[in-house]
Amino acid sequence: MILLRHTNAQLSILLVILFIAFSLGIDRFFSVESAWSMAIQVSGLGILSLAMMITLLKGGINLSLIATTNLCSLTMAYMMNLLTPGAEGLALTGGILVALACGAFVAAFIGALNGYIIAYLNVSPILATLGTMTLVKGIAVGLTAGNVLSGFPEAITYIGNGAVFGIPFSLFVFVGCAIPLAIWLSRTPTGMFIYMIGSNEKATRYSGIDTKWVIFKVYLLSSMLAWVGAIVLMGWLNSARADYSESYLLITILAAVLGGIDPFGGSGKVAGLILALAILQFISSAFNLLGFSPFLTLAIWGVILLAAAALAIKTRSLQQT
Amino acid sequence: MHDMLKRLRSKNEFWLAIVLLGLVVFFSFTAPAFFTIGNLNDLLTQNAFTGILCAGLIVVLIAGGIDISFTATASVVQYAAVTLANKYGMNWIILLVIAGGLGAIMGSINAVFVVKFRMHSIIVSIATLNIFYGLLIFITSGSYITTVPDYFYDGINWFEFQLGRRSYGINLQMVLLFGSFILTAFILKATNIGRQIYAMGGNPDAARRLGFSIFRLNLFVYGYMGFIAGIASIAHAQLQLNVTPTVLVGRELTVLAAVVLGGASLMGGVGTVLGTILGVSFLCVLQNGLIILGLPARWEGAVTGLVILIAVAASALEGSRQMNMRRASRKGQETGAAP
Repeated sequence: MILLRHTNAQLSILLVILFIAFSLGIDRFFSVESAWSMAIQVSGLGILSLAMMITLLKGGINLSLIATTNLCSLTMAYMMNLLTPGAEGLALTGGILVALACGAFVAAFIGALNGYIIAYLNVSPILATLGTMTLVKGIAVGLTAGNVLSGFPEAITYIGNGAVFGIPFSLFVFVGCAIPLAIWLSRTPTGMFIYMIGSNEKATRYSGIDTKWVIFKVYLLSSMLAWVGAIVLMGWLNSARADYSESYLLITILAAVLGGIDPFGGSGKVAGLILALAILQFISSAFNLLGFSPFLTLAIWGVILLAAAALAIKTRSLQQT
Repeated sequence: MHDMLKRLRSKNEFWLAIVLLGLVVFFSFTAPAFFTIGNLNDLLTQNAFTGILCAGLIVVLIAGGIDISFTATASVVQYAAVTLANKYGMNWIILLVIAGGLGAIMGSINAVFVVKFRMHSIIVSIATLNIFYGLLIFITSGSYITTVPDYFYDGINWFEFQLGRRSYGINLQMVLLFGSFILTAFILKATNIGRQIYAMGGNPDAARRLGFSIFRLNLFVYGYMGFIAGIASIAHAQLQLNVTPTVLVGRELTVLAAVVLGGASLMGGVGTVLGTILGVSFLCVLQNGLIILGLPARWEGAVTGLVILIAVAASALEGSRQMNMRRASRKGQETGAAP
C-alpha cells in the first residue's frame, strides 16, 4: 500500500512537471481549446484503459479490446443508419436505443465468449483473446470490406462532442465509469476476489471462491466497457470502421503499466491509471502541437512502455530486498 | 510416463494429419483448380513467408515465451537489406547473411527485456513491434522501394520443367522454407541447446537450478526468431520484386495461429516441427481452398480467428480430459492398493 501511494505521488509530480514544462515551452498548450480536445481524447481512451485494467488486475489481458470496440461501433452505426434517417421523436429515440442495445449484445457475446474460453476451458488469456481479436476483426472486415460507416443522430455526436457546463460530455461518461469501478474494485467482495486471483489463483480457488465465475465476469465487464468506449468514440469521430484506433491497444496497456498496475496481476488502483492517462495525454497533445509524425509517437509509446515496466519491476525488487 | 506423453503428442499430430488429408480430399473434389501442380507451386511460394516464420516462432513457444514483433523486424530488415543490396550489389548469400544477422540483433533485444527486467514477453514484443514499425515508417515516410537488384528478377530456379505454358521448379521461397524447417528441426532434435530450450520451457526454475544460463538461452531463442524473420523478409521481397514497408505487420497472428494449431502451448516445453508443418499447411490449405471455392479474400481473418479459437478450445478440452484420466487412474491404483 505504501508503495502504491508512493507511485501515485511520483506520477502526480511528473504530471505537474510536464504540465508546467509544456505550458511554458509550447505555444498553444495552455489554452481552452487544447484543454477541451485533451479532455475529449482522454475520455474514450480512458474507458478502454479501464477495460484493459481489470483483465490485467486478474492476471490476464484482453487483446480483443479494440476489435470489440470497432465491431460494436460498426453494429451500432449500421443499425442507426438503418433505423434513424428521417425518423423523429419517439421513433428516433427508439431507433437509437435499439442500435445501442444491439451494440451491447455484440459486446456481451464477445465478453462471454472470452470469459467462457478463459475461465471454463482454461485457455491462456493471451491465446483466447488473440483468437477472438482475429475473429472479431475478421468479421468486421468481412462485413464492411474495410469501408467507413458515418453520419449519426445528434444524440450520439453529442456524447462524443457535446458539453455540459463547458465540460465535454464524454468526460462525464469516463468519470461515470471510473468511480463506480474504483468502488467496485476496492469495496466489494468480487473486487477483492479479482485482486486475490491476480496474485494467486490457485490459493483463491482453494479458499472456496468460485474463481471461474469471477474471471468470467471480469471479461464480460471488460467487453461491456469496450461498448461504452465504442459509443464515445463513434460519437467523437462521427464514423466507424473495422481498423480504427488500433494503436490504442498498446496505449491502454501502457497506461495501466505506467499507472502502477502489475501486468502479472494482483495490484493497482484506478487512481494510478487516471494519473498515467493524464500524463500520456499531455505528452500526446504536446507531440501533436509540435507536429510530430504519429508513427514517431507510436515508437515513443513503445519506448515508454518498456521503460515504465522495467522501472516498476526494478523498484519492486528493490523493495523486496 | 515419458513414453505415454510421447504417444499422446504423436496422437495430436496424427489427428491433425487426418484433418489435413480430409481437407485436401474435400477441396480436390469440390475445386478442380486445387489439386494441380500449379496450385501446389503457388501454395508453397505464396505462403513461404508465413511458413518460414513458423519455423522460428515454434522455438520461442517451446522456450515458454511469445513474440509478435517479428513482422516489424522483417519489415525493417527487408527495407535495410534491399536498400544495401541496391547500393552495393552483393549476391544471395551475402544478402541473406546480412538480413539474418540484422534480424538476430533486433530479435535479441526482446530477450534482454524478458530476462533482465523479468517482463512478460507479450508486453515486451507489443512494445518492440511498435518501436520498430513506428521508426521504420517515420524514417522512410512509408515510401516503397521499387527497384531491386537484377538477380532478384532471375531468382533461383532449380530442377526446372515445363508444364503447359508455365515452368515450375524449386524457387528461392521453397529453398528458404525447407531450409528453415530443417535448421529448426536440427537445433531442437540434435543439439544440446535444443534440449535445454525444451527443459527451460517445461520448467524454468528447474532449468535455472540445473545451471542453464537462462539469459543466454533466451538470447539464442529470440535472436533465432529475428534471424528467421530476416530470412523470411528476403523470400517475400524476391517474390514481390519491391518493398512496401506496411504490408508485413499484421501477419504475426496468422503465424501464431499456425504454430498453436500445430500443438505448441503458450505454457512452454511442448511442440514439434512436424506439428508446426502440419499446422501451417492446414491453415494455408484452408485459406487457399476457400478462396478457390469463391470466398472473398476479406473473410480470411474471420476464418483464421475461428480456426484459432476451435484449436485452442479443442486442445484445452483434450488436456483436461487427459488430466482427469490420469487422476482417475491414480485414484484407481490407490484404492486397489488399499486393503
